[in-house]
Amino acid sequence: MTIADAHEAHGDHHDGPHVMSLTMLFSVFGALIALTFLTVGAAQISFGAWEVWVSLGIATLKAVLVGLYFMHLRYDKPFNAIVFLSSLVFVGLFLAITLMDQAF
Amino acid sequence: MSTAEAEQVEEQSDHHGSHDHGHDPHLAHHFETMEQQFDAGKLGIWLFLVTEVLFFSGLFVAYAVYRVLHPEVFVDAHHYLNTTLGAFNTVVLLVSSLTMAWAVRAAQLNQQQLLIRLLAITLGCASLFLGVKAVEYSHKWGLGLLWAGAYSAGDVETEVAAEAAHESGSDDVSDGHSDVLHVDSAGEHEDGGHGAAGHADDKAHHDTLIALLVLCLPACLGVAICAGGVNFAKKRSLPAAKTFWTLLVGVGLAFFAGVALGQIVEGFSGHGGDSTSHHAETEKVKTAEEVEVARRYTGVFFSIYYCMTGVHAIHILGGMGVIGWLLWRSIRGDFGSSYFGPVDYVGLYWHLVDLVWIYLFPLLYLIR
Repeated sequence: MTIADAHEAHGDHHDGPHVMSLTMLFSVFGALIALTFLTVGAAQISFGAWEVWVSLGIATLKAVLVGLYFMHLRYDKPFNAIVFLSSLVFVGLFLAITLMDQAF
Repeated sequence: MSTAEAEQVEEQSDHHGSHDHGHDPHLAHHFETMEQQFDAGKLGIWLFLVTEVLFFSGLFVAYAVYRVLHPEVFVDAHHYLNTTLGAFNTVVLLVSSLTMAWAVRAAQLNQQQLLIRLLAITLGCASLFLGVKAVEYSHKWGLGLLWAGAYSAGDVETEVAAEAAHESGSDDVSDGHSDVLHVDSAGEHEDGGHGAAGHADDKAHHDTLIALLVLCLPACLGVAICAGGVNFAKKRSLPAAKTFWTLLVGVGLAFFAGVALGQIVEGFSGHGGDSTSHHAETEKVKTAEEVEVARRYTGVFFSIYYCMTGVHAIHILGGMGVIGWLLWRSIRGDFGSSYFGPVDYVGLYWHLVDLVWIYLFPLLYLIR
């Protein structure tokens, strides 16, 4: 059964479920592994106060890759992405407002 | 309910073999089409993931607040965490995410056998992850690196440091910093702390072993139950059940592979992971009060550590439960190009659990 057939089975909608190609899956996986080694390597070098931001930046890059490709967000209905991203907005608010009380 | 079911059964028998779109046996009667059912399920799982993100965010905020208040405790405490094991577990979870995403593809493309294998590998990775985690937890238990209130890592070391200070002046206590590796090194030093350190080492090994046995017990039980399942399926000659339980025995054994691997790595790098390099620079001798304060705060770090990794591990266990359910259904042949929603939904949940670990790993293991 081909990808076209899979789409066919879903009524041939253009916004139907997206089948991820193996090349894409393995490239994303390779990138994630590379970034894991990069973050371990970066931890050996001192970045001073930037330390935590470097590791969080790499983690976020990995999270974006997982979200866009493994979780299909790039090909999914935009509404699902909006729903998910809205939760991150609230996490940001939660974190920022709590830290305002602590740090400054 | 009974009428609805009867209706559905009737419909199924009516259209048996025709595979007509609107009357797919997997289409619940309250949906118009398969697409509508799929989209509704997808939105539902995304909403669930939102609640998961918000749930975990509480733990991350606790982490952030405590790190802002006591940055030195985090730098100090992370020396107890083994970076190699953390990185290994990160890779294991990434592999399981890959196989899960691939399983969705296999279901979409009707590749039944591949789907079964990929789900089994995903489960095996989860089990391996927990095996390594069990080793990490048991070593911390052995060293008294517990949550605030039960934290006792400083006790022995303070005792050893005090003894060493008493015997050979303050120079040698410079490495009596709150790191358990020093319990070992003090024991090897010719000057002081022989008895106490040796005793502490024995006790640590003993406690580690007990903790590891306790953590292995559920896995042993699981393997035994699955082996019983294989036996039962053989007797009743149920091929699908036999495949299912046999795969689960393999999954259970992966846990012990993780335990073995974790033990080997812990053995190589000593108790405290990469602690040696970081403590080369000499530090001032800590007063008893300073040790006490560090101890209390380090205990809170470990409270946060256990909450974050523990809640994550519970999510892994929950994920294993639902992937096991998927495995059973895929052996039964439920999934295919027209019906793969559950594989997709569980996949999304599994990736979220992976996402949480992607942040936990640098935040806990890679602080400098």
